Amino acid sequence: MILDGKCPTGPIEQTWDKHRFDLKLVNPANKRKYSVIVVGTGLAGGAAAASLGELGYNVQAFCYQDSPRRAHSIAAQGGINAAKNYPNDGDSIYRLFYDTIKGGDFRAREADVWRLAQVSNNIIDQCVAQGVPFGRDYAGYLDNRSFGGAQVSRTFFARGQTGQQLLLGAYSALSRQIKLGSVKMYDRREMLDLVVVDGVARGITVRNLVTGEIESYAADAVCLATGGYVNVFYLSTNAMGCSVTANWKAHKKGAYFANPCYTQIHPTCIPQAGDYQSKLTLMSESLRNDGRVWVPKKKEDCGKHPAEIAEDDRDYYLERKYPSYGNLAPRDIASRAAKEQCDDGRGVGPGGRGVYLDFADSIKRLGEDTIRERYGNLFEMYEKITDENGYKRPMRMYPAPHYSMGGLWVDYNLMSNIPGLFVLGEANFSVHGANRLGASALMQGLADGYFVIPYTIGGYLATVKPGQVKTDHPEFKKCEEDVTAEQNKMLGINGKKTVFEFMREVGGLMWENCGMARTKESLETNLKKIPALREEFWKNVKVTGSGSELNQQLENAGRTADFLEFSELMCKDALHRNESCGGHFRSEYQDAGEAQRDDVNFCYVGAWEYKGADKEPELHKEPLKFDNVHLAIRSYK
Amino acid sequence: MSDHKTMTLTLIVWRQKNASDAGKFETYTAKNITDHHSFLEMLDCVNEDLIHAGKTPIVFDHDCREGICGMCSQVINGAPHGGQDRTTVCQLHMRKFKDGDTIYIEPWRARAFPIISDLIVDRSALDKIIQAGGYTSCHTGGVADGNAILIPKPVADEAMDAAECVGCGACVAGCPNGSAMLFTGAKVSQLAILPQGKGEASARVKNMTDTMTECGFGNCSNHYECMAACPKGINVKFIARMNREFIKALVV
Repeated sequence: MILDGKCPTGPIEQTWDKHRFDLKLVNPANKRKYSVIVVGTGLAGGAAAASLGELGYNVQAFCYQDSPRRAHSIAAQGGINAAKNYPNDGDSIYRLFYDTIKGGDFRAREADVWRLAQVSNNIIDQCVAQGVPFGRDYAGYLDNRSFGGAQVSRTFFARGQTGQQLLLGAYSALSRQIKLGSVKMYDRREMLDLVVVDGVARGITVRNLVTGEIESYAADAVCLATGGYVNVFYLSTNAMGCSVTANWKAHKKGAYFANPCYTQIHPTCIPQAGDYQSKLTLMSESLRNDGRVWVPKKKEDCGKHPAEIAEDDRDYYLERKYPSYGNLAPRDIASRAAKEQCDDGRGVGPGGRGVYLDFADSIKRLGEDTIRERYGNLFEMYEKITDENGYKRPMRMYPAPHYSMGGLWVDYNLMSNIPGLFVLGEANFSVHGANRLGASALMQGLADGYFVIPYTIGGYLATVKPGQVKTDHPEFKKCEEDVTAEQNKMLGINGKKTVFEFMREVGGLMWENCGMARTKESLETNLKKIPALREEFWKNVKVTGSGSELNQQLENAGRTADFLEFSELMCKDALHRNESCGGHFRSEYQDAGEAQRDDVNFCYVGAWEYKGADKEPELHKEPLKFDNVHLAIRSYK
Repeated sequence: MSDHKTMTLTLIVWRQKNASDAGKFETYTAKNITDHHSFLEMLDCVNEDLIHAGKTPIVFDHDCREGICGMCSQVINGAPHGGQDRTTVCQLHMRKFKDGDTIYIEPWRARAFPIISDLIVDRSALDKIIQAGGYTSCHTGGVADGNAILIPKPVADEAMDAAECVGCGACVAGCPNGSAMLFTGAKVSQLAILPQGKGEASARVKNMTDTMTECGFGNCSNHYECMAACPKGINVKFIARMNREFIKALVV
């Protein structure tokens, strides 16, 4: 089937304004008759729940943490992009649009990206009004820094905690609505199913993580803002609770999963220290503004103290390979380059999986105080984890899974192929194509939540009668029974391997064979090993405790079971896409290490339809058209 | 990788099945721990051993494991987050301990934070304080340009110093009175310092402090234990600032 993204046509500059006018409205008095469920309270979900509540809809918001303030958006460090052009350095909405299309390696929709660039400026204003303490200069004006993949300074920041401050802004707006009664907040709840009645999304099934009760909630529309799936690699920069579960359950109820093979491996993370490790920690891309990346030129120097390696014996490989962007090359390119150096035997630190990020030149130029002022918290974090002082000795970095560009398929209105199911933020696939540029995730989350969904959801709700299905509908009961049955099955196995052991194993397979570089052969290996591992899981997993209590093992078991299914789809998608683009690098398709796209055969969004357990998923294509930015080889040289 | 020598530790951990259970300390052994393990990774290893032995693993709150989400919450040897300066439990590493150490692990203990299970407590009272006024009442859309409000760097920096709070509740756990003055003071101050929040400053400080009392938090008696426990180093001067805001609100 050929999918239609329902993108507006005409001059790109007018698409969003025209579309907003064309959308139907729900009048203020009628809004309170409609109810909306929002799952996830990160930037996208928090902003959406607050804004929809404010408009007058009855909102029910859900998160698995103990408070909506803890969603993993909070961990974003470096900043948020906007096309304000405050520094007068040549930025514009068009340039942000252009950079994002190119940065995504021409695998995103033009209309969606244009809208994102257009509303980026409103986001900054909104956050300032909320009291987000962005970095400012002495006169009081907003300050900017540079990020990868752009030659202008368009990134707004709040020290190294931009995500935290933006999330607390959204959380404060949400808290205000909770107090006013327009949003009912359900914390410590995990969504375990989507309830679909006659092809329309009508509600969700959740587990109360404190009591273990399985609960049903109905609404006129469901918004998933449930984040990304890179914990499929087991070790990633995501929080421990991040999973594909909500999206996967929706997928199994009919929502198409688009481009699952597009995953972002972030170039600057602290290398793994041991097998017991539970997660990887990112060091903001902003560090590459002042840090220079290098490895020794000679393999025999790798074991030496970095200070003993002479300037001439260092390979500043990003500056050498990409002179016009240098250390600020985009993430996919910087990550692959790091892997290339380490594969060549010139990596540093344990196992030779590391490159240096060196601040010596900047400290000499600007002084240690200035560097501390800019990145102090990051240097502190680095020292806590590695016991090394980044001011005195270059930091060691290695790429780590960080973000998923793929996600549930949505049209221009952020509605999936299931009517009434909307998908926001990282959980959808829409704007980053095959690679996301730094400081764009915060922008997208807040754009979707504050400035897109409040309009587009009205266009849908205006066409439906409110309150048609309630939780007494038999489908809700059926979903509760299915969820309970699956849990009881896991609890009843009482095998020999723990949930962590399974997750480590599938994560290892994914990192090894479907990570920074993939081949037909490695993917086929996974497509044999993953189903076998899944089978073993359902025979040999050991989950302690019961379903009717707080049970973290059971929570993790459910997430792992879903990753064991999803990982297979991800490999299938990577295998079918016989090209390299952005974060999807198939080693067979390259030009001296650079990704080689195949626009003739693969210039489309690949959206997969679930056909049932052990049945082949069906691929649907949405062709991508580029009327404004011409398809070109993406070069940062 | 594994070139570090390993440690064996004795853990004395608070175990409590649920809110109505009385709870008690249990003793466990943590083996093969390196100094690169984080404290929570050490607990992960202990839990894996417990599961293999058919016992119930220890439950604890955690999520980001990089010191920013504020979810982790354990009192270690009597100190919230373990007592390392400006560090959450998840960022505390085992190199701070030595082979043979005995470590006591307890949940946050405060009247306003009822225990849910083992090391997990209910901190929804902190959300209630924010709901009482920890915001500016702006609507989505229709706000002024970000540069229309000038905020000189020292002012923005001071607001940011207050805004860094991760809402973990260590200040409450560390306080002999179970007071949430540092948490509340930080939010009151952030918004009182910034021009955007000044308009509602009086109502905000009254509503937030009233809620603080209603939720069962104690008062401040200047021990400064909160600042010592705070993983973000939030300064007690923000409590003083809140008190000033409160007095101003009374006379207006």
